[in-house]
Parts: sequence; C-alpha cells; structure tokens
Amino acid sequence: MKLSTLLASAALALGLAGGAYADAHGKTKVGFVFVGPVGDGGWTYEHNQGRLALEEEFGDQVETVFVESVAEGPDSERVMTQMALDGADLIFTTSFGYMDPTINVAAKFPDVKFEHATGYKRADNVATYSARFYEGRAIQGHIAGKMTKSNIVGYIGSFPIPEVIRGINSAYIHAKKVNPDVEFKIIWAYTWFDPAKEADAAKVLIEQGADVVLQHTDSTAPQAAAQEAGNVVTFGQASDMAQYAPFPRVSSIIDDWAPYYIERTKAVMDGTWTSTDTWDGIGPGMVAIGEISDAVPADVKEEALALKASIADGSYHPFTGPLKKQDGSDFLAEGETADDGTLAGMNFYVEGITGDIPN
Amino acid sequence: MIRLEKRPQASQVFSWATPLLAVLATMFFGGLLFAALGKDPITSILTIFWQPLFGDFAFYYRPQLLIKGAPLVLIAIGLSLGFKAGIWNIGAEGQYIMGAIFGAATGLAFYPTESFLIFPLMILAGALGGLVWAMIPAVLKVKFGTNEILVSLMLVYVAEQFLASMSLGLLKNPEGFGFPGSRNLQQYPSAHNAELIAGSGMHWGVVAALIAVIFAYVLLARHQLGFAIRVTGEAPRAAKFSGVNPTRLVLFCMGMSGLLAGLAGMFEVAGPAGQITIDFNVGYGFTAIIVAFLGRLHPIGILLAGGLMALTYIGGDIAQSQLGLPAAAIQVFQGMLLFFLLAFDLFTNYRLRFGRAEVA
Repeated sequence: MKLSTLLASAALALGLAGGAYADAHGKTKVGFVFVGPVGDGGWTYEHNQGRLALEEEFGDQVETVFVESVAEGPDSERVMTQMALDGADLIFTTSFGYMDPTINVAAKFPDVKFEHATGYKRADNVATYSARFYEGRAIQGHIAGKMTKSNIVGYIGSFPIPEVIRGINSAYIHAKKVNPDVEFKIIWAYTWFDPAKEADAAKVLIEQGADVVLQHTDSTAPQAAAQEAGNVVTFGQASDMAQYAPFPRVSSIIDDWAPYYIERTKAVMDGTWTSTDTWDGIGPGMVAIGEISDAVPADVKEEALALKASIADGSYHPFTGPLKKQDGSDFLAEGETADDGTLAGMNFYVEGITGDIPN
Repeated sequence: MIRLEKRPQASQVFSWATPLLAVLATMFFGGLLFAALGKDPITSILTIFWQPLFGDFAFYYRPQLLIKGAPLVLIAIGLSLGFKAGIWNIGAEGQYIMGAIFGAATGLAFYPTESFLIFPLMILAGALGGLVWAMIPAVLKVKFGTNEILVSLMLVYVAEQFLASMSLGLLKNPEGFGFPGSRNLQQYPSAHNAELIAGSGMHWGVVAALIAVIFAYVLLARHQLGFAIRVTGEAPRAAKFSGVNPTRLVLFCMGMSGLLAGLAGMFEVAGPAGQITIDFNVGYGFTAIIVAFLGRLHPIGILLAGGLMALTYIGGDIAQSQLGLPAAAIQVFQGMLLFFLLAFDLFTNYRLRFGRAEVA
C-alpha cells in the first residue's frame, strides 16, 4: 500500500514536473513507441517519417524520442512509462496491440497525452487515430481488375481482423465492378512483417495463377517475388516501395502520418489538445496513393484517378449498395453507404469472395 | 607461440569467473560498438546497467526487473535440470504458450463468476498445459528414440499457430469489436495475478521463481534424483552402472521443465500481459536458454543471470529512448554476452601456454 502511494505520488509529481519543465523551456517532448524496426520499409518506417517531419516542422521547439521493435504487452507498458517518467508530453503508440498498455499507463500519468493508433479504447488523455486504408484499396481493386489477364488476383492477408477484411472487401468490390470474372485467392500470413513468410505466400499465389498480388503485410518481399516471376503486378503497402516501380509495383497505398502528428503536437503546445477519435482517408491526406506507373494503360490510370478524386471529395463511398454478404444476406441497399460502426467491426466477406475467414 | 593445453581438471576458478569476465568484456566491446555509433560509451553503459538500478526512476525500474526476470528464471531453472543431464528441451517457448492458453482458458471459462478457487485452478491448468506439451517430445524420445531437440523446437511453431487460432477464435473477447485477443484478465479480479504488494513488482510468478530456485538447489544438492541428473550428465556410463533409469530421467526432466515453463506462461498472461493475443510470446523460452547457461546451470547462478538479462532489456530500452541507440545495437550487445561467455568458457577446461611446445 505504502509503495503504491509512493509510486502514484511520485509519478504525479514527475508528470507535473515534466510539464512544468516543458513549459519553462518551451520544448515539447514527443515519444514514439514502434512495433517494428524503423527500417522495415513499411508501417513503422512511415510512422518514423512522421516523427522526422515533426522535428523538421517545429525544430528546437520539439524533442522526439522513440523505441523500436517493442513487443506488445508488458514491455510496451514499461517503455511508455519510461517515456512518461522522462518527461514526455505526448506519446504516440503505433500498434493495435499497445491498446491496453496505453490505457494502463495513461491512467497513471493524467498530465501526459497519449495517442493510440488503430485501437478503440479512449480516455480523457488517450486519443485514437487510424487511416481509412480501404479507400486506397478501392483504387487498387479497380486497377487490379483491369490489369489481370488470368482473372486471378492474389491477396496476402496479415491477420483476419476487421481492418484487413475491410481492405479485401473494398478491393474485391471494385475489381469485380470492372471485371465480373475476377476471382480472389487469399492467403493468411499471420504476421505483419516477416519477409520470408511473405515471399512464400506471394510465390504460392503466383503458382496458383495470380498475376496481380495485393498485400496487407509490410515488407517488400512480395514485390521481389513478383519481380522474379516477371509478369505479376503488385502494389506498395504502407510505404511507396518505389524501388520496385514502374513494374511490378504499379501504384501504392502510403500512410502519411506527418500532418496528423504535426497537428496533434501543435495542439499540445497550444494547450488545446483533447481526446478525439480520428479516422481519416484520402481527403484529409492521411492515405495517399503512390504514383500510378506507366505500366498501367492511360485510360485505366485516368479512371483510377477519377475514382480517387471522387472518394477524396466525399461524392463516392467505397462501400455503396447494393451489396450482399458472402452468405447471400443483404448488406447494403441500393445507394446506401456503410456506417463507420459497421466498417470498424467488419467480420464478413462480401458476396463473391470464396473461402472462409479463419477463426 | 601461443597454444591451448587441456587442463587435467576443470578449473574451479574459471568456472565461476567466466560469467564475470564475460560481462566485463561485453561492457568493453559494447562500449566500443556504441562509440562507433557516435554515442558516449561510458554514458551508454551506465544507462544500461546503472539507470534501472540506481537512477532517478529506480523506484519504477527495480520492480520491473522482477517482472521481466521472473519468467526467465522460472523457465531456466526447469531447463537447467535437463541440460545438466544432457536432455535438451529447446521448446520452452511452446510450453510457455500452452501454459498461458490453458491457464487463461480456465480462468475465462468461469467469467464472470468470482471465487478464490479460480486462481489456484488456473495455476494447475497452466502447469498442466506446459507439462502436456513437453511430454510429447519426452514420450516420443523414450518410445521411439526421436530427437527431443527437433521435436520440442518444432512444437513451438505448432503452439504459436494454436495461440493465433485461440486469439482469433475460441478465446476472442466477445466485447472486442471483432479484434483479436481475449478478455483482459487484469480486469477480472478472481483471475488476476496481481502484485502482492502494489508497486513492488512481486506477483505470484516471482514467488514461484524463488521457490523453484530453492527447490532446484535442494534437489541437486541433497536428493537422489539430483544425483542421478548430475551423474548422467557428467558420466553417462557410470550412471547406467549406478542404476539410473534413463527413461524416468527423460520424463522427469522434460516434464519438470515443461511444467515450469507452463507456469511462467500462466503467471504472465494472468498478470503483466493480461490477455491472450497473437503476439503474446516474446521469446522468454529462448532467452531462458541463455540465462540457464549464463548461470552455469546452477540455481543461484540462474537467479543472478535472470536478473542480469532483465537488466540489459530494461536498460537497453532506456538507452534507445534517451540516447537514440538503435534496437539492433542493443541486440548485438546482448548477443555479445553469450558469445563472450562461451569464449571464456574455453578456459575452464583449457589454459593458454606461451612458448614452444615441449616434446612429450
């Protein structure tokens, strides 16, 4: 009991002292907890680019710290606590698995602001943010449907969670729209980042006749596998992966966290930070579409860009009815669009996708 | 000319000095590495070894040492019994996972009933999970002569798939909006492996680790089974003549290491980790192998080695954040520790001779 009081009061005092220090020196300290190495070329790489953009934007007014390859669970809780003890004013925790640790640590440091990526638990000092990657998937699906000659599109899934399932559905809907004969083959890699497993998955898909491979994993290994096969189209994931352009990589979905990180840090500096739930897409610029290369015919490129523009200005929603679920039941009526709640918890395929979601 | 000469008897001095020398050499060469990366080597080493113990926030890091070290010690104690007898259980990571799944599943089966019986049941289930998983390679070895190294290692990957399946299926939190992962046991009082004194880091897993150390010490020093383990490792033929039953020994060593690994997993999932998730396991089962050897397969040595490994993890994360050292540099640093340990270990059985080889 005594020790707990000590910890709580010490933490509180340090938190306050940290805040006071920041105010006195006008330097805001921002911490980042990364799940992978900053050189992964995908997810963590882009978050780190956001961190660097933050430093560039604010210069001497901000100090950033980060720890990479932090395991989800107690290790992440310790790293967050350590950053808070070291006087961080704002901490971004950039993996879904950091959700409960973030909430735990935030409860101990009421004066430190926390931002958790892709989660759903919030508190007075915990905000959440995520990107509408499925908007980018719609454009990929469109290009994939047009580009495939074998009518088989391969898809490397990471984990069967709503975010990934949403992406598969969005890509499938838009591929099907332009190519009624298209078929999706899905492989679950059960990893976010494992070049060897991802390469194997890509090779299996290519052997099964896929001439377009989409990936929801973060390494460039599937790109390399496609390049080796010679006639397989790919898309960059999370990062541009431009080193594989113009072919096999014909476009990409890029996470651009920089504007959000800058905006939120500014809010902490101004004292206007509040706990929010942000889910931004192409419009606000959190999701960017990488350069569509010349390997894509000009008319397809034009259509894809038009689709992008209509999603960006809000005139088109990638999940617009009529749509049915895989089991044939109704999902969306004519002209109806999916609400965010349905999208956030999506755990079913749309009609036409074969195979089951593993569970 | 320098050459190696086999010692007539293993050096007692070196057997104890090796870990210390390895730590010193790691500090020295690690310092060089950090200097090459443009960081002040003294500050870096101090950050890793000094800050968690005596720094400004030691009140927070010291309990963390217990939390990080306990599973390592618990698993390593079990492994050391087998390693001493030449029985190589490399799959503690899988047994750790199975213990966690069994333990968590037992607790969640009773949700939301509150009863003081739930936690003891979870402990039994966790131990059973690890035991069962370790018995597979053990039985295959005694029945069919399969290699326990390969079988136990391969079962780690099976356990990982099982873990993913549990997080996405049977044990998935029904209130989790379709996201993977079980309910958080920290929010279920009857199943929560809470700190015994809040803020001290002392949870039941730490207690179990300390009991395991004492138990192993007594077993090895006083009990006939301990004698059988030692003699089998040192002189297998002599062991046979002295009536050691190798089948029983394999089953005991594998079973005990699996049981302790399972317990470690159960205490972790019910306490610090809180929930079954796809990435629940973070490599304790493999790191424990290093801890077992760093501790000379001796219970007290393992206790110290577990603390040291925990220190490098915690200090390593602090160094990353405060000094901007890359994670890879910290991993190289930890790898050096085992490398130097094995290198200096040579001198336990060999000594350096300078000058010309004498004609024997």
